[in-house]
Amino acid sequence: MAKELIRLVNCQMAFDDEIVLDSINLYINDKEFLTLLGPSGCGKTTTLRIIGGFLQPTSGDVLFDGERINDVPPHRRKVNTVFQKYALFPHLDVYDNIAFGLRIAKLPEDEVDRRVTEMLGIVSLKGFEDRKISSLSGGQQQRVAIARALVNRPKVLLLDEPLGALDLRLRKDMQNELKRIQQAMGITFIYVTHDQEEALSMSDTIVVMDKGKIQQIGRPEDIYNEPKNAFVADFIGESNILDGIMRADRLVEFFGRKFVCVDSGFEKDEPVDVVIRPEDIDIVAPDAGHLCGTVTSVTFKGVHYDTIVDFKGFKWLIQTTDFCPEGSVIGIRLNPEDIHIMHKSEYSGMFGDYSSYSAEYDEIADPEYTEEEDDSESREEERNEE
Amino acid sequence: MRSKLLAAPYLLWMALFAIIPLCVVLYFAFTDFYTGAFTLANIIKLADYLPIFAKSVWLALISSVICLIIGYPVAYYIAGRSPLWQRLLYMLVMLPMCMSFLLRTMAWVAMLEDTGIINSVVKAIGLQPLPLIRNDAAVILGMVYNYLPYMIMPLYTVIMKIDRSLIEAAQDLGCNSSQVFRGVILPLSLPGIISGFTMVFVPAISTFYISQKLGSPGTTLIGDVIESQFKTAYNPNLGAALSLGLMVIVFICVAIMNRFSTDDDEGGVVTL
Repeated sequence: MAKELIRLVNCQMAFDDEIVLDSINLYINDKEFLTLLGPSGCGKTTTLRIIGGFLQPTSGDVLFDGERINDVPPHRRKVNTVFQKYALFPHLDVYDNIAFGLRIAKLPEDEVDRRVTEMLGIVSLKGFEDRKISSLSGGQQQRVAIARALVNRPKVLLLDEPLGALDLRLRKDMQNELKRIQQAMGITFIYVTHDQEEALSMSDTIVVMDKGKIQQIGRPEDIYNEPKNAFVADFIGESNILDGIMRADRLVEFFGRKFVCVDSGFEKDEPVDVVIRPEDIDIVAPDAGHLCGTVTSVTFKGVHYDTIVDFKGFKWLIQTTDFCPEGSVIGIRLNPEDIHIMHKSEYSGMFGDYSSYSAEYDEIADPEYTEEEDDSESREEERNEE
Repeated sequence: MRSKLLAAPYLLWMALFAIIPLCVVLYFAFTDFYTGAFTLANIIKLADYLPIFAKSVWLALISSVICLIIGYPVAYYIAGRSPLWQRLLYMLVMLPMCMSFLLRTMAWVAMLEDTGIINSVVKAIGLQPLPLIRNDAAVILGMVYNYLPYMIMPLYTVIMKIDRSLIEAAQDLGCNSSQVFRGVILPLSLPGIISGFTMVFVPAISTFYISQKLGSPGTTLIGDVIESQFKTAYNPNLGAALSLGLMVIVFICVAIMNRFSTDDDEGGVVTL
């Protein structure tokens, strides 16, 4: 059984009376790849900074190996961080950047040299020793940042959106690279990202956060297949979320029709959210399906078509490799295992309707919308200055 | 093409008020006062003034070091405040510069002279008056007081721009606060140190007013000698030669200082 390494107990964080983190309870096992996933301003970076020691929680405890470390400053914690914008020292070359922590620890210079050289090999940067930081590409800087942290052999590596500034191709490569390094070195990674795909492909455990609260903790498959509420269902992948009523165990009613499903344990006639993943829906002839609707828009996505279908005024997203032209009438079939039932939550009714496809465009068009994460960080900085 | 046009006024200005005067200085330095013929006599005569040159360099150096020692903590402190406080404190540093340089120096005379404010108080409590004026210390004090803002300005700018995440990165890698300072903040503020040092050293080495008002005949600086060649001794040729000598010394000193800067792409360095 994996050994527990870090535990957050009722951690709360408030900046000027605004609660950024609300009673976070979380444990992290040794050698685990854990991802904190959520939108901007959800508190994931704040959580990471609490573990790193850059912030003290307003209330609650941080435990490391069973010991309370709330008051231990960053330089005495056995964790190292890969910062969002790398924070490499511009006055030092690649070698000296990586050697920085070892020299602070006053290791003999031959040991420093051995470990830096070994690390340069691990991140594939051999021959870059004397290069200036400013002459490196984003991907190379990224590798230096990882090497500079890992060379100290921390028990835990904290990564704050480390791939955010890289292009898609490089991101994919670095994802594999990071996972490989994590497994090879056998240390705990705590990874912060807003990219659900990144989280799903790299993590052992995903912690989905929103509004300063943990929404769900689980393995990637569980988070995807069994989302706990409408927020998780919508944030991790695409979801059609409908209002339904649980008529009995394994029997749910929506659109005036009863469907067999695999979920049980709900009260009789309990109103629920029904999640149907767009890729699980089978398109059939109009008369052969459970439901029948009209295609209102089709977008080619490469692997599949994003097809929006109008069912009695409610628009669904269906991802299919079959091309159905706009205006055509199609039927769909739902298998019991394609229907996932969730309890109602504060997020019910907010997500999962594709009538105004797509939500992201609304955010961009909304002048009120700001990146909240940045706000909380600048507040933090102001506090530090005082 | 357009950028050339934009630079034209400045180039014209430089030609009129820097290049041409420099040529005039060169002409005077290498010609005889009476005949106007080429001579090295003025340059050879500079040797007589070597002790004064040395004294000027020495006092300017001490003043620059004191300015750095006082100015760095001030700049560091200001850079760490909230934006509002930064503006306020920065204005406070700049405030004396709104007052005339002559007036500020005269005010120090009024404070330090034997019958001045400080000594009046000293005498009032029954002590012997202190020798506060007409010595090296008074000249250094005048230099530090007048040129301190020139040290603080570039230091503040450079320190303020240091990315906070670099400090956090250093803490993360095991640095306590003094190691963060030595390992990250100090090296990254080096351009500001060199820039501030230059901005204090250059005016301090060529000053004449401060040394005349606060100094004694023993603290005659090269600036005083140059002034007297033009105003009282009326030997502009020797004055020009002395100016040339001063310029060469300044160039050498600034070049040495810039040697300390390892980063050639950092901003804020006065380069030649």
